[in-house]
Amino acid sequence: MKRGEKIIEGVLFLCALITILTTVGIIWVLLKESISFFTEVSVFDFLTDKEWTPLFSDKHFGILPLLSGTLLTTVVAIVVALPLGLTIAIYLNEYAPKSFRKVVKPLLEILAAIPTVVYGFFALIVVTPFLQSIFPGLSGFNALSPGIVMGIMIVPFISSLSEDALAAVPSSLREASYGLGATKLQTSFKVLIPAASSGIISSVILALSRAIGETMIVAIAAGQQPRLTLDPTVPIETITAFIVQVSLGDVPHGSLEYKTIFAAGLTLFVFTLILNNVSFYVNRRYKLKYD
Amino acid sequence: MIKASTNQWKDQLFRIYGIGATFFGLLILGIFLVGIVIEGFSRLDFQFLSSLPSRLPGKAGILTAWTGSLWIFGLTSITSIPIGIGAAIWLEEYSKKNRLANLLEINISNLAGIPSIIYGILGLEIFVRMMKFGGSLLAGSFTLSLLILPIIIVSTREALKAVPRSIIQASLAMGATRWQTIWLQQLPAASSGIFTGIILSLARAIGETAPLIVIGALAYVPFVAKTPMDEFTVLPMQIFNWVSRPQHGFIVNAAAAILVLLIFVFIMNGIAIYFRYKSSKKVKW
Amino acid sequence: MVNRVMETNKFKIQAKDIHAYYGTHHVIKGIDMDIKPNSVTAFIGPSGCGKSTFLRLINRMNDYIEGFTKTGDILLDDKNIYASNVQVEQLRKEVGMVFQKPNPFPKSIFENVTYGLKIQGITNKSDLEETAERSLRQAALWEEVKDDLKKSALALSGGQQQRLCIARTLAVEPSVILMDEPASALDPISTAKIEELIFELKEKYTIIIVTHNMQQASRVSDRTAFFYMGELIEYGKTKQIFLNPKKEKTENYISGRFG
Repeated sequence: MKRGEKIIEGVLFLCALITILTTVGIIWVLLKESISFFTEVSVFDFLTDKEWTPLFSDKHFGILPLLSGTLLTTVVAIVVALPLGLTIAIYLNEYAPKSFRKVVKPLLEILAAIPTVVYGFFALIVVTPFLQSIFPGLSGFNALSPGIVMGIMIVPFISSLSEDALAAVPSSLREASYGLGATKLQTSFKVLIPAASSGIISSVILALSRAIGETMIVAIAAGQQPRLTLDPTVPIETITAFIVQVSLGDVPHGSLEYKTIFAAGLTLFVFTLILNNVSFYVNRRYKLKYD
Repeated sequence: MIKASTNQWKDQLFRIYGIGATFFGLLILGIFLVGIVIEGFSRLDFQFLSSLPSRLPGKAGILTAWTGSLWIFGLTSITSIPIGIGAAIWLEEYSKKNRLANLLEINISNLAGIPSIIYGILGLEIFVRMMKFGGSLLAGSFTLSLLILPIIIVSTREALKAVPRSIIQASLAMGATRWQTIWLQQLPAASSGIFTGIILSLARAIGETAPLIVIGALAYVPFVAKTPMDEFTVLPMQIFNWVSRPQHGFIVNAAAAILVLLIFVFIMNGIAIYFRYKSSKKVKW
Repeated sequence: MVNRVMETNKFKIQAKDIHAYYGTHHVIKGIDMDIKPNSVTAFIGPSGCGKSTFLRLINRMNDYIEGFTKTGDILLDDKNIYASNVQVEQLRKEVGMVFQKPNPFPKSIFENVTYGLKIQGITNKSDLEETAERSLRQAALWEEVKDDLKKSALALSGGQQQRLCIARTLAVEPSVILMDEPASALDPISTAKIEELIFELKEKYTIIIVTHNMQQASRVSDRTAFFYMGELIEYGKTKQIFLNPKKEKTENYISGRFG
């Protein structure tokens, strides 16, 4: 009996170990190929060159255009998602009846459950033509349309997590504010949001990280033209879309072009890793405050 | 009093704005779904479901795509469910509060936040190249399994945590071993929570495109996969392929394929919501 | 020493110089205690006095608590239950436990009462049924539930649930039953039933009961142990403890001056 128990525990531990191996695997794969990439391309060029043209004969390997593309779609997404998500969170937490919140929260979460390729379709086929009817100068591929759609997709990240944070504010604070004659609006903005700020910030950072790593929407609707610009109306390319582009082509394994996806992947990995951990850190501090 | 009444006004305005914002998201979702149905529904017939891909939009179908998605669903379930539950049990029930446990904890939170395309890069190097699975169903499902593992682990742990300690104590006090207690008491008591998490994560796996593109899944596969080592395509890949074509006929096809994909995804989410609801109604111990 | 060996046979349980710690917190400070077979012993004392911790040492339920350590030995039938060759699962079949709040498994009555056999690998249906009836009868629950053994245990009343938990413990035929405030969550009628049961079970079992209820201790127990701040202040015949305590602390506690 004792032996059997030990074997079971060992097997379960191996299952848990797979998660560590996954991380080690990701870091190892990204580093191995990236190091090989950086023996041919200097880190300085990678970080400062203003052009990214690895698939052309005149090759440039500056990550900045891909970063600006990623930044652009992400900023558009957050500009859409933050006010929307936060308003929903406050409304559901302070104003809406409990039964309404119970129905609407899971419904909103469906937004995050829809496959991203479907959002890509939506951006390209519905949103871009609609925007073009308002802004005639808008290109068929641009950062605006996928950014907006991405924003809608990440609304539930912000609304759900922020609502949780607001709900966790001790009711004594809320009652104290009402007791002084404050309205719900005043209570929300002057008491609840400051008290829940770390939870809200943490949710926004998580949404940000999600937007940076989002692939299909931008691969379908943003274009394939790495361009160092902050203009959301022209075609651009994000880090993720570039990886898709290379994967779909027939770049020979082991070539410098092939290795670019690892250097790009490593950049993406570092950004999301930093954002995720900032988010955890902020959130943990917030939890400590009230426990 | 004037001050108070303007405050009241602002409050009411915000209420209206809040309702508007809440419904805006849902409205977009609605417009979008209606649009897809209008565009794609008429295309959804037996021919579409039973045909191989084709150059001609009118002749093309999603047979290889939906069978591929079913394959991926099955294979990913087989690998991710036991490993995910196993890891969750170890973390929740066996691990001591030490540095290793802490490391595992932080690691899993981080894994859950890594973009799916990075998992594709991992799968490409490890499963496709090193293990020489090629762009096969096996490579694809292993890659997706790693992707959803953190979600399964986190939700399983939550479900295990919700089982009252008193039940566990009772079982141990009866002379049950740790494993007997987990197997006979904790897992059954946590089953609906665990099931909810698994369904949601598999729904996510079914909808993934990016990692499969990276590991080299093909958009054009003219045969139905018969073994896990076969090359494959899935519904999201097929949709992506069709969306990128200029002809309107393919856009219609994409919409129809999206309908099929969404039916899959919504059914799974519906089941998950039902189980969550059911477990929240459960008798309190 | 010779004297001691001759004496041991008379005792079911012997605790020798037990110290216990949660981390650095010293919760049990050198307790010695001998408990006779087929007796009811009551542990009394204010909350946090160490009586529950001490009770749980007897079936090693503290083993899983992180940071818990102990020194000293506990002998059951003259054998050290903390010896390295002791299987803790085996020990717990010998030393059953009933908890403060009724904690039936979220399964049927039948599955609850046969759980102990199931984990020993006994699957023979007639064995299971026989045991179920015997232990439910012993726990004075049979007449109330015999027609719906398939019903969920959670549908029973609190008092019935607690008697089911006792039946579940009796099913594996232990020789010692530990009860951690078994009636504190129950109404007076259910409490009376449990007390009656304890009185009957004494014939076959050695029972130790932790209780906050002084009357209960005086009603059901043969001997009473008064714990205070991790020490065993006084231990003796129940009558003597309640009517003629030797220590001032005991007297103060029993007369309700603190705790």
